[in-house]
Amino acid sequence: MLAFRVPVFRGIRATPKEPAAMADTAARRSPLAHTADRFAAVTRSSRGALRLAELPFLAQVTVRLDPKSPAAEAAGLALGVPLPLVPNTVNRGGELAVLWLGPDEWLVVGPAATTGLAERLRTAIGDEHVTIADEHAAVVDEHTAVVDEHTAVVDVSAQRTTLLVAGPRSRDLLAHGCPIDLHPRAFGIGRCAQTTLARAHVVLVARDDLRPGFWVLVRSSFAGYLADWLLDAATEHVGQPALQVS
Amino acid sequence: MLLIPCPWCGPRDEAEFHYGGQAHVPYPQDPASLSDKEWARYLFFRDNPKGPFAERWSHAAGCRRWFNAVRDTSTNEILTVYRPGEDRPSSEDLSLTATSQQRPATSQPLPATSQPRPGSPARPAFEDEARPGPTGVQGAEPPGGAEGAAPLEDGTGRGGGGDHPFRHPTRGRIDRTAPLKFTFDGTEYQGYRGDTLASALLANGVIQTGTSIKLGRPRGIFSAGVEEPNAVIQIEEPFPEPMLPATTVELYDGLVASSLPGQGRLATEPDPARYDAVHAHCDLLVVGAGPAGLAAAAAAARSGARVILADDQPEPGGSLLGTGELLDWVAETGRELAAAPEVRVLHRTTVFGHYDDNHLLAVERRTNHLGAQAPAHVSRERVWRIRARHVVLATGAHERSLAFADNDRPGVMLAASARSYVNRHGVLPGRHAVVFTTNDSAYAAALDLAAAGVEVAAIVDTRPEPGPWADRARDAGIEVLTGHAVTGTEGGERLTAVSVAPYGEATARREFAVDLLLVSGGWNPVAHLFSQAGGKLRYDDTLGSFVPDTCRQAVEVAGGANGVLDLAGALAEGAAAGARAIEAVGYTCEVPRLPDVAAVPQAPPMQVFLVPGAAGAPRFVDLQRDVTVDDLARATGAGLRSVEHTKRYTTAGTANDQGKTSGLLSSGIVAELLGVDISALGTTTFRPPYTPVSFAALAGRHRGALLDPIRVTALHEWHVEHGALFENVGQWKRPWYYPRDGEDMEAAVLRECRAAREGVAFMDASTLGKIDVQGPDAGVFLDRLYTNMMSTLKVGMIRYGVMCRADGMVFDDGTVIRLAPDRFLVTTTTGNAATVLDWMEEWLQTEWPELRVHCTSVTEQWATVALVGPRSREVLAGLAPTLAVDNDSFPFMAWRDTTVAGIDARICRISFSGELAYEINVSPWEALALWEALYEAGRPYGITPYGTETMHVLRAEKGYPIVGQDTDGTVTPQDLGMSWVVSKKKPDFVGKRSFARADTVRPDRKHLVGLLPEDPGTFLPEGTHLVADSELPAPPVPMLGHVTSSYRSAALGRTFALALIKGGRDRIGERLYAPVGDRLVPVTVASPVLYDPEGARRDG
Repeated sequence: MLAFRVPVFRGIRATPKEPAAMADTAARRSPLAHTADRFAAVTRSSRGALRLAELPFLAQVTVRLDPKSPAAEAAGLALGVPLPLVPNTVNRGGELAVLWLGPDEWLVVGPAATTGLAERLRTAIGDEHVTIADEHAAVVDEHTAVVDEHTAVVDVSAQRTTLLVAGPRSRDLLAHGCPIDLHPRAFGIGRCAQTTLARAHVVLVARDDLRPGFWVLVRSSFAGYLADWLLDAATEHVGQPALQVS
Repeated sequence: MLLIPCPWCGPRDEAEFHYGGQAHVPYPQDPASLSDKEWARYLFFRDNPKGPFAERWSHAAGCRRWFNAVRDTSTNEILTVYRPGEDRPSSEDLSLTATSQQRPATSQPLPATSQPRPGSPARPAFEDEARPGPTGVQGAEPPGGAEGAAPLEDGTGRGGGGDHPFRHPTRGRIDRTAPLKFTFDGTEYQGYRGDTLASALLANGVIQTGTSIKLGRPRGIFSAGVEEPNAVIQIEEPFPEPMLPATTVELYDGLVASSLPGQGRLATEPDPARYDAVHAHCDLLVVGAGPAGLAAAAAAARSGARVILADDQPEPGGSLLGTGELLDWVAETGRELAAAPEVRVLHRTTVFGHYDDNHLLAVERRTNHLGAQAPAHVSRERVWRIRARHVVLATGAHERSLAFADNDRPGVMLAASARSYVNRHGVLPGRHAVVFTTNDSAYAAALDLAAAGVEVAAIVDTRPEPGPWADRARDAGIEVLTGHAVTGTEGGERLTAVSVAPYGEATARREFAVDLLLVSGGWNPVAHLFSQAGGKLRYDDTLGSFVPDTCRQAVEVAGGANGVLDLAGALAEGAAAGARAIEAVGYTCEVPRLPDVAAVPQAPPMQVFLVPGAAGAPRFVDLQRDVTVDDLARATGAGLRSVEHTKRYTTAGTANDQGKTSGLLSSGIVAELLGVDISALGTTTFRPPYTPVSFAALAGRHRGALLDPIRVTALHEWHVEHGALFENVGQWKRPWYYPRDGEDMEAAVLRECRAAREGVAFMDASTLGKIDVQGPDAGVFLDRLYTNMMSTLKVGMIRYGVMCRADGMVFDDGTVIRLAPDRFLVTTTTGNAATVLDWMEEWLQTEWPELRVHCTSVTEQWATVALVGPRSREVLAGLAPTLAVDNDSFPFMAWRDTTVAGIDARICRISFSGELAYEINVSPWEALALWEALYEAGRPYGITPYGTETMHVLRAEKGYPIVGQDTDGTVTPQDLGMSWVVSKKKPDFVGKRSFARADTVRPDRKHLVGLLPEDPGTFLPEGTHLVADSELPAPPVPMLGHVTSSYRSAALGRTFALALIKGGRDRIGERLYAPVGDRLVPVTVASPVLYDPEGARRDG
C-alpha cells in the first residue's frame, strides 16, 4: 500500500520536490493570462484614473476553526498575525493578509512565492482533532458553543484569482456592479466583504493603502467574465469602448 | 429590494440571500417510527400565516451562514434575525423591535433609524490627489462635454423671436444664441437650446400633436411635464423611439419626430447606445429640486452627511422655473450644492421606483439631449440603484383638469403649464385666452400671460367669491366671471371658441372667440413614490385631494407633494424635513438661508370634478385612453363600486401617462356617480415606474456576452483553438464535440466514440464540482447524506454515491474519494456544485451542528482530465514513470498521488464510459501543460479529444443516468434500477424514510430502461412520449413514459434511447410505440445497459 498523504501543490510544500523541467513555473498559466494586455491598455489610456491587473498565483489557504479554541491562538502565532474576529475585517502581518470570511472561517492570502503556508498552519493547529476527538465526543452539545479542537486547513490557491482594481476611479468602477457601500466611511482600510460584483461572487478587500484600491478575489472560472465586465465598465473612464458587447 | 440584516455581516441586499423556508421544523428524531401521514406532514406541509413568520435564510453570497429571521409576511419587514440554535424571540420582544409603527409623512423629529452609524463626518476621504472625484456617492461623472448643462438664460434674454410666430421677444430661459433645427411630421422647424419639443412646437404655432387612440379626435399639447396625456410622439431620428411625451423631450439639433395615432413603433435595428447602471448609497436622498427639495438639500449640504438630490429637469428650480420666482436663490443654492463635497446632484434624473428599505431606482438621461452628437462611450441612460437611510420626497404637485364638454380640443391646456411656457420657454401658447378655474393658482397664470401679451378675455371661476386674487385680475383689466363655468368649446385642429354659463347650468350664456383655454381643477400632490414606499394617503378636504399620511419607512414628504402649495410653506417644510433627516442619522444641521417670500392671501379652492355642458358633447376624463364621463357612468351602472374596477372596466388611467392628470378626476366623478364621498373611495394603486423606463435602460450592460456569467476551465482556450463547439452546462461552456473539416455533429461524435472505445480519447472534466469534507465526523456526515455507506470506504479508494432529498428523490450523484481517515473529496455534477455545498452547509449548520465537519469548495482548485480507452494505460504509463499502472497495483476505484509529465497529480481510476479510464487531477495553473503532454504522448495511439456529446453516448450505452437529464426530481434510486446504491444497513439517511412511502413502492412507478427502435436507423427525439398501442386510441391517450436520452451508437451500430416508463423493468422485451411526427415508431424495451453488460472492458 502506498503511503497516502494529503496532497499539496508545489507552491506551498515545505520542502519542494524537484519538479521535472517541463512543469517549471514557466509552464504555469493563470486564469487571466490572456487579459493582461487589455488590463494594461485600460491603465494606460485612463491616465492613472484606473489601474487593472491580475495578481496571479497568490497563496490562499482556507482556515476553519472555533475562534475560542486554542487553535485560533496557535494559528495567529503561526501566521504572525491574529485571526480577525470582527466580521468582514482583515488583519495584516508581514506579507500575509488574513480575511474574515465567516464566524469560523478565514482566508489567508500570501504572496505568489509563499511556500508551505498550509502545512505550516496544519502543523501548528491541524490534525489535533484526530487525537482529541475521543475526549471531546462526550461534551459536544448542539446549542452551546463548545471549545472544539476540530480544524480544517485547505489549500485553495487556485480556486480564486485576484484582481487589482485601483486608482481614483476604482470605487466608481466597482459601483457599477457592486451593491455594497464602498465609501471610505463604510469600507475603509481593514475592511473586506464577500458580496457580488456584476453577476459573480467575489471577495472584496480594501487595499492597505491611503489611495483607493481594492483586491477582487474571484473564482477562477468566473475570472474571464469578470474581466470582460470590468473592461466594459471602464469604458467611460478610458474614453472608448474596451469591449464590444453585441 | 429588502435589506436583510445578516447576524454577522450586517444589512445586505436581499439578492445576497437564499430563502430556506419555515424555521423550527426539525428533522424528526426517528423518521422510521413515523406513519406515512406524519412523514408527509414533515415533508410537504408548512405554515402560511399573515404576519410574523419565522423562516430560514442563508447569506449565500456572503458568509454562507444560515440564520433565522422573523418576517412580517404582509409587509415583508424583517422584524428580527437570530442564529441557528437560538430560540425564536417572543412576540413581546418583537413588538418592541418592530419598526412597523407608522411614521407621519411630516413629523416631529424622528427617532434614529435602526442602523447604527459611526457618524465621523470629519474623517477625511482618501481619494487620490490626481482627480478628486466626489465621494458622496459612487459613479462616474459624465466626461467633460457630455453634459451640455451650461447655464441657460435667466429670463431677460435679448433678441427677437426670430421666425417663431409665438415666441416672446425676451422672456424665457432659452439660449437664443443656440438655434436648433428639428423636423416634426415632415416639416422643418427651428427652436432654441432650452426648449422642449413641445415648447418649440408651440413657438412655431403648432399645438396639435396627434389624434386620439380610439376616437381619432385632434389632440394638442396639454401640459408642460411628465403628466402629459396628449402630446405623445414618436422620435424617428437619430434613433427611433416610441411614445415619448413631447413635453419631456429636450430639443436637440437634427431631431426628427412625428405625431402618433395613439401608439408608437419600436426600432427594427438594435439600439447602438450604451446603457448602464450604478449603485449609490446616501444618508439622505432628496427627490425633486423645486423649492422644498432645494431647501431640504441645502439644510443637509454642509453637515458632512452624504446627500443625493435627484431631479428630472436639466437645471434645478422645479416649479420656480415655470413661475419665474426666486431664480437667484435657486442659482445660488445650486452652486452651493455642486460645491459641497458629499453632495451629488443628479439632473435629468427621474426617481421612478421606491421599494423596501428605502431602495429607490432612478433613471438618468445623460446624453439624450445631445442627439446625434452624443459620445458613443458615454452611457445614454443610467439606472441609479440608490439605498438611502432617509428620503425626503419633494416631488411637487400636478394640476388636474375638469370634466366639461369638449374639454379635449388642442388649445385646452393646464393653467400652470401655460404659465411655464411663457416664463421658462418664452412661448405664448395662444393669442387669446379664457381661464377656467376652481382655485387661486390659475390667476397667477392669467396675469403672467397677460403681461406677456396674451389677451385674456375672461377668468371663469366656479367659486362665487374668489377672494383677493380676483381683485388683482380685475386691476389688470381682466374680466372675472365668478360662479361661472365653461359649458363647451368649438374648434377643429385648434380651439376657436369657448362658451360659458353660470356654474350648474348647461346652456351657454356667453361665447368667447379664443385659441387658448387654461384650465385648473386643483392640484394633486405627486404621492406616487410615497405610496410605492408603503405610505398611506388621506383625503384633504381643504385641498380637495389625497395627501401623504403615514409610512413605515424613513420617508418624509415636503412642499407640494405634501399638499403645501404656498411657496413660503414649501420652503420651510423642505428645510425642516432635510434637517430632521440628517439629524436622525447623527449629523448636525446648519440652518440654511431661505429667501423671504411675501405671504399672499389665499381663498380656499372649490371641489369640482363634473361640469354640466352641452348635451351629447363628450366630457373626457382620461384623454390618452379616450375615456369619458359616460364611460365611467356605464361602469358604475354595471355595478362597479371601486375605482380599481372602474379603471379596469373603462381603461381610465392605464395609458402610458398612468392617469397623472386623470386619476383623481376619475375618483371624483365615480364618487359623484355613486353618491359617496371621494375620501371613502380613495385612489387606484400607484405602482412603479413613475414614468415609463426603456427596457434598454433596465437591461443596462446585462446583454450580449455580459448577459450572464460564462464560466470556463483552464483549458478553454485550447478547446477554442482546436475548433470545439460548446455546450452550455449551467453557466459553464463545455466542449460539445470537435468537428474536423467537413464533419457534421453525427460524424464527429461517432469518430470520438470510436476512439474512446477502440483506442484512447481524452476530455476536460474540470467542471465537476469538488468539495473537501474534513473532520472527525466526516464519515458519519456523508453516511447521512448519501444513500450508500461512505464511512466504510478505505483511504485510497473511491466510491460512487447518490444523494436524495428528504422526499427520496435523486438530487445528485458523484464519486467520493477518501483522502485520509478524516478527509474526503466529494465530486458533484457540473450544474449542482453550489447546490450540493449549500445542501451540506444547511444540514451541518441547522440540523447537525454537533458534527465536527467542515466543507470547502475546491472545484477550481483542480483541473480534471479524463483519459479514456483501452490504450489509456499505455499513454499514462509513459508520462507517469513512477506509477505502477497495472491492474493489481492500481485497481478500479482507487486513487494515487504521483506526477504526470512532471506535474503533481492525483489520479482516480474511475470510468463513466465503461472503458479503462483515469481521471487526472492537477492544478489548473498546470492543466494546459498536462493536456498538451497527454496530446503529445497519445499521438501514436491516435488520442482524440472528445466533448460532452460523446461522453453522453458512452455513458448512455452503459446505462449510466445523468441526474437532471434522466431524472427530474420525481425519480428514486430504485426507479433508476440502482437499489444496490441504497444502504439497508444504515439506520437512517436523508431520504430513507421516503423509500417506504406507499407512493415510492407503487409497481407502476416509472423505471429507467433502454429503448431500441425496431428500425436501427430511426432516431427518437428526446421528450418523445411512449404509448402501448400501434394505433392511437381516442384521446386522452394513456402515456406510459417518455424518452430522456437518445443517441446514435458507433459501438452498437444503431440508434438507442433511455426512457422512463411505467413499470419499465417488467416490460423488457415488450414492444411500445413512440409518436414521432405523424408516425408511430415501434420500439422494444430493453435493459438500460446495452454495451458490455459484463463490464469486461473496465480493466482494459
